[in-house]
Formats: sequence, C-alpha cells, structure tokens
Amino acid sequence: MEAWFALLVGIFFTVAVYLLLSKFIIRVLLGVAILGNAVNLLIFAGGRLTRDVPPIIPDGAEALVAPAANALPQALILTAIVISFSFFAFLLVLSWRAYKDLATDNTDEMRVAEPVDEPVPPLGY
Amino acid sequence: MKSVIFRTVAPVLTSLMALFSIFVLLRGHNEPGGGFIGGLIAVSALAIYGMAYGVETVRRAIFFHPMAIAGAGLLAATLAGLISIFARVPFMTGLWIYPAILGLEVPLSTVLLFDAGVYLVVVGAIGSIALSLEERGGE
Amino acid sequence: MAASIAPSADLSTALVHAPPTAAAWLVILPVAWCLAVGALLVMLRRPIALHPTIAIVGLAGLVLIDGLLLREVAENGPMTMVMGRWLPPFGIAFTADLTGALFALAAAIVALVAGVFSLADINDSGRRYGFYPLLMLLMAGVSGAFLTGDIFNLYVWFEVLLISSFGLLVLGSEPEQIDGTVKYGFLNLVATTLFLIATGYLYAVLGTLNMADIARKAEGLRDSAPLVTLAGLFMLAFAMKAAAFPVNFWLPASYHTPRVVVSALFGGLLTKVGVYALVRVMVMLFPVEREELSFVLAVAGALTMIVGVLGALAQTDFRRILGYLIVSGIGSMLAGIAVGGPGGTGGAIFYALHSMLVMTGLYFASGIALRLGASSSIDTLAGLYRRHAGFAALTLMLCFAVSGLPPFSGFWPKVMLVKAALDIGAWWLAATLLLAGFLTTIVTGRLFLLAFWREGAHAAGEVEALSPATLGPLAVLTGLTLLIGLYPEPLLVMIQNAAAGLAEPSGYVDSVFPGGRP
Repeated sequence: MEAWFALLVGIFFTVAVYLLLSKFIIRVLLGVAILGNAVNLLIFAGGRLTRDVPPIIPDGAEALVAPAANALPQALILTAIVISFSFFAFLLVLSWRAYKDLATDNTDEMRVAEPVDEPVPPLGY
Repeated sequence: MKSVIFRTVAPVLTSLMALFSIFVLLRGHNEPGGGFIGGLIAVSALAIYGMAYGVETVRRAIFFHPMAIAGAGLLAATLAGLISIFARVPFMTGLWIYPAILGLEVPLSTVLLFDAGVYLVVVGAIGSIALSLEERGGE
Repeated sequence: MAASIAPSADLSTALVHAPPTAAAWLVILPVAWCLAVGALLVMLRRPIALHPTIAIVGLAGLVLIDGLLLREVAENGPMTMVMGRWLPPFGIAFTADLTGALFALAAAIVALVAGVFSLADINDSGRRYGFYPLLMLLMAGVSGAFLTGDIFNLYVWFEVLLISSFGLLVLGSEPEQIDGTVKYGFLNLVATTLFLIATGYLYAVLGTLNMADIARKAEGLRDSAPLVTLAGLFMLAFAMKAAAFPVNFWLPASYHTPRVVVSALFGGLLTKVGVYALVRVMVMLFPVEREELSFVLAVAGALTMIVGVLGALAQTDFRRILGYLIVSGIGSMLAGIAVGGPGGTGGAIFYALHSMLVMTGLYFASGIALRLGASSSIDTLAGLYRRHAGFAALTLMLCFAVSGLPPFSGFWPKVMLVKAALDIGAWWLAATLLLAGFLTTIVTGRLFLLAFWREGAHAAGEVEALSPATLGPLAVLTGLTLLIGLYPEPLLVMIQNAAAGLAEPSGYVDSVFPGGRP
C-alpha cells in the first residue's frame, strides 16, 4: 500500500515540478497547487496507512476501543490544506492583477522591477 | 447569471445555506463539521447571492465590511485562548459552563467561542476575496 | 499507526495539573498580544487616524513583554507553556529559551522603530489598505516562529508571517510592486512547501513534532534513520527562506519595490527568521548531522558572502545595494552555523541580531535619502551631506557597522566568527569572512562618497529639516549599534549562554518535560 502511495506522490511531484518550470505564471500557480496536494499525500502516507476505522470514541466509552487510524496526520493535512487554499486564493488574485497591470503572464517579460539598460555605476569619485 | 429562475431561487438557497453553515459550526465539537467548513458554506451562500443580485447588495446585506468580520473573529479566537488566564490553567484550555436557558441546559465553552471565531475569520477573509473577484469579473 | 488503548483510559496522566506561573504566560503573550491588537485594528476600519497610535502602543507593549520574557529566561532558564493542558509531546508547546527570547526582543524593537518611521512613510491610502493590522499580524508570525517549541507549529507561523508579508509587499499596487510580489510570493511558497515536506518526513521517521522530543529521540535513531537526509532537506528549505546562495534570487528581485518601511521591516526580520530556524534545527535538533553537512554549509556560506557583496558592488539603486548586502550578511551567519561550537553558533546569533538592527536602519536611511535627494540611484544622488549633516553622520555609522568596523556592533560577531573558523582550521572560511568585510567596506564607502559627499547641485548652507518621526528611528538604531559595539559584555554573555543552551539542550528538554518523560 505504501509503495503505491509513494509512486502516486512521486507522480504528483513530477507534474508539479514540470509545471513550476514553466514560463507562464498561471501554470506555475497550478504547479504550486499540485505541489501542495503532493505534500498532503506525503504526510498522509508518512503517518502510516491502515485500513482501520476512524478514531472516533463510541458512546459510553472513554477511549478508543479498537485499533484506529492515526488522527495526527489528518490534523496536519487539514492545517496544510487550509493554508495552501488561502495561499492559492491570494496568488490567484495576484497573478490576475499581474496579468492586468503588466499585460503579460510570461515571466520572461516581467521585468518591471529590474533595472533596464542601467549604466555602469560611477567608477570614480 | 441573471435568469429569473436563478434570481427566484437564490434568496431561498442563500438563507438555507446560511442556516446550514451555523448548524455545521455548532455540531463541530463532537461530529464532523466546525468553524472552517461552516464558514466556507456561508461564503458560498454569499457568493451565490452576489451572482444573482450583484456584489453591492451583498455588501449592504452583511452590513459590516468583510475584513471587519474577520477581525472580530480573530479577536474572539484570541480571547477564547486568553480566558484561561483567569481559570489558572494553560493557554487555550477548554472551559465549559452549563447555564440553563428557558429550562434547557446549554453547554457553552471557550472551544465554541474559538470555533465561532474561526467561522467569522473564514467568512470575512474568503468572503472578501470572493466578493472582490466577483466585482472585477464583471457581468 | 494503529493504537489500541484500554477503554477506560486515565486522562489525568496526559494532562498538566499545576497551574502555570505568571511568568509562563509571558511565553505565549507576545503572540496573543499581537494577534489581539491586530484583530482590533482590522475591526476599526473607519477611524483610520487611530491606527498608528494603537499600533505603536501595541508594539511598545510587545517590546515590554519581550523584555520581561528575556529577563525571566536569562534568570531562570527556558520556560514552557503548553496549549490546552495536554502534556507534550501531545500538546503543542511554546518554549522560550535565550536564543528565542533574544531574537523576539530584537524583532520587537525593530518593529517598534519601524512603526514610528511609518508615521511619515505610510499615507492615508496605505493606512486604509491595512498597513498597521498587517504589521501586527506579521509580528504575531515572527514572535510565534521565535517562541514555538513544535516544528509543525513553526511551519504555521512561517505561513502567518508570509501571508502578512504578501499583503505588505503589494501595499500601493504599483506595477513594480506587483512584479516583485509575484517573484517573492511564488519562490517563498515553494520554500515553505519544502519545509513542510521535510516536516512530513520528520514525522514519518520520528513520530513526533515536539522539538524537545525530537532532540531526545534523534539520539537513539542515529544508526537506523535517514537523519542526514532530513537535516539536508531542512537546510535547503531554511536556506531558501534566509536567501542563501544559490537560492537567494528572490530577495534582490523584490526587496527594493515596496514602501521603504516595508523594505526595512523585511530586511530586518524575514531572512533572520530563516536563520533562526536553521540554528534551531541544525544546531539543537540535528547536531551530529550538522557536523556531516558542515562543509556544504560552509561552502554555501562563503559563496553567499562573496556573491552578495559582488552583487552589491554592481548595483546603482540604493535599496538594491542593501538587498545584496543582506544576502552577504546571511553568508556570515551560515558560516557561523557551519563552524559550530560556542564561537560559531554564538557568532551567528550575534551577527543575526546585529544585522536586524543595522539593515533596518540602512533601509530607513535609503528612504530619507530618497526624500531628500528625490532619487534612489547613487548615480544621481549627491550632496546629501550638505542637506543634513546629522543624517549623514548617522548613515556613516551604520555603514561602518555593516562593514564590521569597530566600535560598532558588526565588529564583535565578525571577531567571534573569524576566531571560531581559525580554531577549527578553516582558514579559507576566515579569509572569506575578512574578504567579504573588506568588499562591504568598499560598497558602503562608495555609497557614502557618491550619495553623501559628492558635491551636489544643492546650494551650500541650506539645511533641510527632518521630522523626529523620520530621524528618530534611525538615531535609535544607530545608538543601539554603537552601544552594543562599545559595551558588548552583557549581550555577549547572554549569547554565549544561548549558544551553550542550543548545544546542550537539557535545560530546554527539562522545561518541556518537567517530570521526565511521561
């Protein structure tokens, strides 16, 4: 089971890295989104995979009665999902603004903040 | 998006979703649910209303600016943690009171206050982004 | 991991029973305070005029809290506050040791002076956009990162400060700012995702996320677990956050675009959070692995120093020069971490604290120069000395400090680092440190000669007035640099204790697990 998950995580990472290497920010954005999901799967597999029931304590008992799935990775993933979701929302708006204001989504052409044809700094005093 | 069918259904759908979001928030302590998912449902409700009647209507309907709502939620969540100073227990410890309202015992806790804070933060922050995207998207 | 627990578990053994002392609340208070003040500011949307007052009072409160925390930690050793009564490693712990408290106090001081400086730098539209709430949330993230005792929690605080920094970067929404934010945003998100990957592997290998617990468990797993790989992953992630060569390119591409006060805050705080995390993870959690990776770190540090300062030499924009100087400074800190031992670690911590104060001050200076000379390029800036001699004097002192010349704060960490490098026989690292210092002197010397000393078109004798809100923050930071440079003894003792506490974290572990492991 873990081996298959490892393979799946690997595929996710491959796709994410491929997209991140693109010149277009919208593809990079999609790459970031997939990267986040790859990491979530990684944490999930890292918490060990079991075919157990969810860790919910039944009525009347004070603790788990049977072996249950590890709840901690799920909590970590939930946090990571919330964070990557808000980042995705922010970066989506930012990319959109960049596309509107800079009239390009090609990173090669996004050089507004870089100096253009700057002369050599003064060499003497 | 301004078809008659959609505009007729939207208010009903919005109010139902808002109600459902509060239900999800309240059942979140012992069962699946909670502030985050409840807040997302509420934002979807606002977004649907915005699609049907325009963003300005939504902004007027929720009265407060979305970011102010998020701020109130953040403050509520922080205070929920700090209440434990007075109970002499560590930060963020869940404290419960059981007042009887109309003969019914209502369990209230700092956990609920925290979760309600999360709900408001999500409604405010994601709502702010969603509304501004809708505004710019145009008709 | 499947867990089978007896149905009638006794919860009392998993809970904290002793009420926390008043001092322990100081550990959590910086974060809670910043969040509360920030939330209040977000709520107050209409009375914009109140924002600066509330924020400055809030930041002064933060300095006070962090000062008390540092005093408490210096006297009584590390302190821990657990969340929700759950004993570590189950509950999330906030642990303040000397390193964390020192960084937190320096960050609070930087934020306070930046808050004052912003009075003249942030106009009404910036206030309406939410500069002050974002500043408070940024400080919540920074304080949380310095004080948390849980590695996943550290990730969360990284993200809190990252999202606030995004908001601060786009403040103004000019095309350059959007351009800078795109580069900053994507590359930093990749860096924090790398951090999350490393954390996921760490959990898979060790089954715990509490730093004190990791430090103890790593002991027994050295032979069987791939800890060097883990440490390497953390190193890459934090080096990217700290802008070390070869993953430094986001910093010079973005730090010169936002408002001056935002540049100053970022230059002082953000990369240092990366350095702090590197120190915490490499020195305290994985000391043996740090030994194995030390050559990589040392080479990266040396290259960062040289590449940074050469980049600074090639620039004409005042703030881009400063951006490259930050990168160069990060190289010195990496070198310190690579060398290790009390001298190396202590030198890295000292250099980071010094760099927080000095780089913020220099960014303030660039803002004042921009206002006086109406230019940010040293090609056209000239004659600032005649316009305001006091400002020129303060900037000159900061230039000396950043170059590591006595009697300023940059001198002592440089001495510590060079001595530590020579002690372990890494003469090439010591030589690089000195060479970088020499080249930095050339960079700042050229900056001062051209922008300040060169005769400008300005008529002589005409002195411009600068408001106290502009010059005050610069003067405070310069004063602190001079004070540390002239009388480093108390700080030096604290930094040596901090480095010793990282190398031998028994005090830290005992504070998290007071009664031994449950």
